[in-house]
Parts: sequence; C-alpha cells; structure tokens
Amino acid sequence: MRSISFALFFGFIFLVGSRDPAFAQTPPASDREELARLRSDLEALRGEYAERIAALEQRLSALQAAAPTAPPSPAPSAPAAPEVQVPAGAAGAGGPTGTLPVYGGVTAASKVFNPDIAVIGDFLGAAGDGAGSTQPSLQLHEAEASFQAVVDPYARADFFLTFGPDEVGVEEAYVTFPTVPGGLLTKIGKMRTAFGKVDGMHNHTLPWTDRPLVTDNLVGGEEGLADSGISIARLIPNPWFFLEATAQVYAGDSAVFQSPERSDLAYLGHLRGYQDLSDSTNLDLGGSIAYGHNDSGPDFTTRLLGVDATFRYRPLRRAIYRQLLARTELVWSRREQPGGTQNAFGTYFELDYKFARRWFAGARFDYSERAEDASIKDKGGSLLLTWWPSEFSQIRAQYRHTRYGEGGTANELLFQFLFSIGAHGAHPF
Amino acid sequence: MRSPFFRSAAALALVAAMASPVPAAINVVTTTEDLASITREVGGDRVKVEAIAKGYQDPHFVEAKPSFILKLHNADLLVAVGRELEVGWLPPLIQQSRNAKIQPGADGYLDASLTARILEIPTGQITRAMGDVHPLGNPHYWLDPDNGRRIAKAIEAKLARMSPGDTGTFAARYADFDRRLKEAEARWDAAMAPYRGLKIVTYHRSWPNFCERFGLDVIGYVEPRPGIPPSPSHTIELIQEMKRQGVKIVLVEPYFDLKTPNSIARETGAKVVVLAPSVGGEKEITDYIRLFDYDVNLVVSAIEETGGK
Repeated sequence: MRSISFALFFGFIFLVGSRDPAFAQTPPASDREELARLRSDLEALRGEYAERIAALEQRLSALQAAAPTAPPSPAPSAPAAPEVQVPAGAAGAGGPTGTLPVYGGVTAASKVFNPDIAVIGDFLGAAGDGAGSTQPSLQLHEAEASFQAVVDPYARADFFLTFGPDEVGVEEAYVTFPTVPGGLLTKIGKMRTAFGKVDGMHNHTLPWTDRPLVTDNLVGGEEGLADSGISIARLIPNPWFFLEATAQVYAGDSAVFQSPERSDLAYLGHLRGYQDLSDSTNLDLGGSIAYGHNDSGPDFTTRLLGVDATFRYRPLRRAIYRQLLARTELVWSRREQPGGTQNAFGTYFELDYKFARRWFAGARFDYSERAEDASIKDKGGSLLLTWWPSEFSQIRAQYRHTRYGEGGTANELLFQFLFSIGAHGAHPF
Repeated sequence: MRSPFFRSAAALALVAAMASPVPAAINVVTTTEDLASITREVGGDRVKVEAIAKGYQDPHFVEAKPSFILKLHNADLLVAVGRELEVGWLPPLIQQSRNAKIQPGADGYLDASLTARILEIPTGQITRAMGDVHPLGNPHYWLDPDNGRRIAKAIEAKLARMSPGDTGTFAARYADFDRRLKEAEARWDAAMAPYRGLKIVTYHRSWPNFCERFGLDVIGYVEPRPGIPPSPSHTIELIQEMKRQGVKIVLVEPYFDLKTPNSIARETGAKVVVLAPSVGGEKEITDYIRLFDYDVNLVVSAIEETGGK
C-alpha cells in the first residue's frame, strides 16, 4: 500500500513539475494569444540585449587594444600584449561569452597546467566466416585516453590509458627527457618498443583494423613487446643521412618475454636510417633485435630479428590529396623451448594510397610461421578502403582472406569506426 | 650489459671533444619561408637560415620527416608561426631534436605571433563542429605587411640578445627593411586603393589579414568550414550568393585542388586567382616584399580583367 501511494505521490510531482505541453492543461484561446505575444516580446528583448552586449564587448576590446600597454619590466623577452580583434558576429555564434567559470580553483590560471587530454574510441565490426576467429560482430574494442604535458624544464610526460571490453590497462606511461647531455633522448616508463614499425604504433594509427599475421604470431600481437623499461636513443652524426640508434632495457614482462629472475632483463636494439630521395619521396630503413627469456622455462630464451623498409611519396603541392606509402617488415624468431629450438619467419607487405582528400585505399600481403611451431604457416591478404570525414574521425572497411596453417580458411569483412575528441595530437609519420 | 653507462660516458666524451668555439653565424631554423625571409632581412650574413615548410605547401600538414630533426638538432634559434599552425608536426620534431636551446620556453624558441596583430580570435565557446578552428586566432597573420614589420622587430630583439656584439648591425638592417617595406606598402596601398570594399571569395580562411589590410571584403569561402573540403550543397549556395552580390574573384592557395573553384568560376563568370600565401609559393617570390608584389599585381590584374568594381 505504502509503495503505491509513494508512486502516486511522485507521479503527481512529475506531472506538476513537467513542462511538457502534452501534460500541461490547454489554456483558453485568448490566454494562448497573450502568451504568444509575451513570448515574442521576450524574444525581441533578448535579441536586442544580445546585440547591445556584443557591440559593447567589441568596443571594450577595441579600447583595450588601443590602450598603451605599459611594459611591466624592461626585460626584452616580455612580448608586447598582442592587439586583439573580435571578429564581427563571433559573440552571437551560440556559445557563452566572457571567461569560463572556475570551480574551486585558487586562481583563474589554476587549470592552465592541466595536460592535453584526448580520448579516442575504436569501434570494430566483423562479418563473414572467421574460421574460428573470436572477434565479436560488434565491439567497442578500445577507448584510449591520453594525457600529455610538459613536466618541468627537463622533461615531458605521456600517459595512454586503454579501456577495453573487459579490462583497463596502461598502454603507455613514460617520461621523456629530450635534452639529456650527449644527445641521448631518454624515456623511462611503460612503453611500446622500438622493434620495427608496427610494434610502436597504437591501434588508431595503424592503416588497418587489425595487425599483420607476423605481429600476431611472432611479436606478441596487439600488446606487442610493450613493457616497463628504459630507452635511450642517439643520433649518429654523419654527413650523408639521418641515422639513429636506440637501446632499450625492459623488465621482461610482455606477450613475448617472461623473465624468471629479477636479473634476467629483456634487451632491444634498433637502428634507423632515413634519407630524403627528393622533396616528395623518402626512404626509411630499420633493423631491430630483441632478446629475452620466454615463458617455456627458466633457461629458455627468444631472440627476434627484424628488418623494415618504408618508401613514402608525397607531392608537396598536392600533399593533402595524394600520398603513397609502401612498407614491408621481415621478422625472424628463434625460440628455445622444451621440444627444441623453433626458427620461425614472418613478413607483411603493404601499400597505402591516398587518392582524394579524404580517401585512402590499401592492400596487405601476410605470411607468417608460428613461433612455437614453425611448420605451421599462415597466409593472408587484405584490401582496405578508408574514409576520413575529418581529421578527427575515420571509417574503414577491410576485406581479409586468411588461410591458417591448420587448414581453416577465413573470409571476413571488418569495419572500424575511429572517433577522437580533445587535444589535437601530432600526425604520425 | 655495460652498454647504457658505457655509451653515455662515451657520448659525453665525444660531445666534449667536438664542442667548438662559438660559431660565426647564428643557426636559425624557421617553420615557414616567410619567417626565413624576414630573418635574413634582419640577420644578414650574421645568420644562417633554413625553413622547414615550402612556400607552396599547406603549412597545416607538413610531414615530421627525420631530416627536419637533423636541421633542428643544430639550430641555435627556432622561429615558429605559432597559433597552433604547426601543432600537427612541430612538437614531435622539437622533442626529437635533442636540442635544449630550442625547446618551447627556452631562449632559442621564438613564437613570432606573440607581437603580431592576430585576427579571428574566437570568443565564447568553440567546438570542432565549426571545422578545424584555431582556438588562438587565425595563424595566417604574416599576410599583413605590418605584421611582417612586427615579426622583424621581434626577430631583431631576439638576435640582438643572442649576439650582443651585432646589435648595431641588426638594428641598422631592421631600419633598412622597415624603410623598404614602407616604400613598398605605399606602392601596394596605391595599387589596391581603387578597389576598397571589393567583394571576394577565398578557398580557406588564409587571407583575413591580407584582405583587411587591402580593403577586400570576403563574403564567403569555398570550404564550408575551415579544413572541411567543399560540399555540393555549400558550393551551390556560394554560387548563388556570389551571383547575388556580383562577386568576380575567387582566391585559392596553391595547395588546393582547382576543380571546385573552376566550376564556381564557370557558373558565376568569376576569375580564379591562385595567390601565393608564402615566400617560395612561386619561383619568382624570393623574399617577403616580393610576396606582396606578386599577390597585389595578381589581384589587381584579375580585378581589371573582370571589369573593375
């Protein structure tokens, strides 16, 4: 009984409080006219005031700009206050004007030091015969939040947190010291590694909805070699081309490496050479090596060798309409395990062509043996079409054909929707 | 694994050994060719200047090539346009430059926009629904010659601080640039004066400073919103508006496709003018003053061709 009277009571409150005309009593015709007249008067008044306020603001900013700015100190670095002109009509663009409210801050500047924040949603769809693939038909695969800011005059920090369907993780979180003496670009924290090209890339910067077979079979899949560690990278001066050497040490806790002892670390080295062939073409070559213990027992290690090559074409005058990228990576894995050592090889080759301002077409060829049993050979190929509504969203379709070593053949249509909000990040190169 | 410590010690020793006395000229890298030209005007042979973006390239979308890292690695001074024009490519280059001198906030980093007159600073709330808006104002501010003067002044102050012995040289060179710019401005203003208030259309919002300075009235853009490529419905609206207002000039940057501007021109009888937004936009535009010579000439002859006012 009590619960029913409560429900009636709240129902009554809702009805009384509701401004929905469906629930309101219909007023007589004369009242309605009166109401309409009052409403239009109010609108007119509001419009008039908005105009006046905009005009006053414009005059105010003009006065401020015209007022001589007394330099607070004779320091030559202090720039003169820039003159500011408010574009006509900006005040009426629909948003509130003036400074934004500050809640609980000590000063209005307390939020100035907040990091750049961005969130990227990665939504995947899959259809067709997956030959045992566990990818669901529709899935919010990942939401990645990034927080990036300068720490102090010596360092900057980057955090990338990922929220998957059933887990939350730190994809990367590291501090970078860009100006360590000796030109050593130093990073400390959890990082994606410098092994080849794909291992360092976040999902949303990949030119595909998935990762190549060789990544899945030999280099740890989506997680890759990402681990906690220290990285130093140095330019090697020479008169001919860009050459950079990177050395990284990791705890040995990743999808490929598992260190049984604290003293067993995973090591990674990468050498990258780059040369502009012309203003619009360039060549990017890399060699990588990674070594560490694997999960088959305390005395078993895995060694990975990688070679990558990228050719880019981008005509500067038409760079926003035409681009071509051709890339290949080759990986050799030598894995010790109880049954004997397995030597597996894998590779992919991709083409990515931008044929209009918002359109990309791509193709990828895949081949990879399995790390734990090199006699199982997977092969595949993909065709891709990508559309960018803007720089901040992306729609992609991928047809993927895979012939698995055990015998299954998959023909799948994969979709991806990427959408990002927040700070404008740098474009990947 | 002695490598990290061994390497850093070896690297330190190497750097110490290679450290040479103060170089003869200040190594300056600028993000655009306009800033490079102005730096040359002020610095003369006391500076060595290199630009990153070419004048005919869209400065919003420059690739962060490793070869640019090498340029920045050896720079004493980096001059940037600022106002987030380079937000998509400059930060990673600076970070990988391993050069403490040019990090933002350091003495060797100059944001040229700080003393310039900036237009279109949004007030109130902005969202990306408005397209690729620049929250700090329109970054194409160098297209008003008076801002060129302000940039030159800022560069002069910076160079004088970096090389106090050359203060006199820089001041004299600035004064000379200022004088030549004034003469040229009189020439440009005179050429454009008959057409004050002329209504035009531009592709991107690259020209507010240019148009304000020379009295051109921009009534619309080929892009429906900044950074969003032309759409058929917007193009039809724009054509109608241009016919209604009798607009005969469409200004286009050299890095945009001419298909839509050309079809607009066919419909309205207007003329498409590919203006150079930067030094180096065309071969003959070799410095900042020639940039305006080229653009003003082109605009004037286009207006005359389409029947004056």
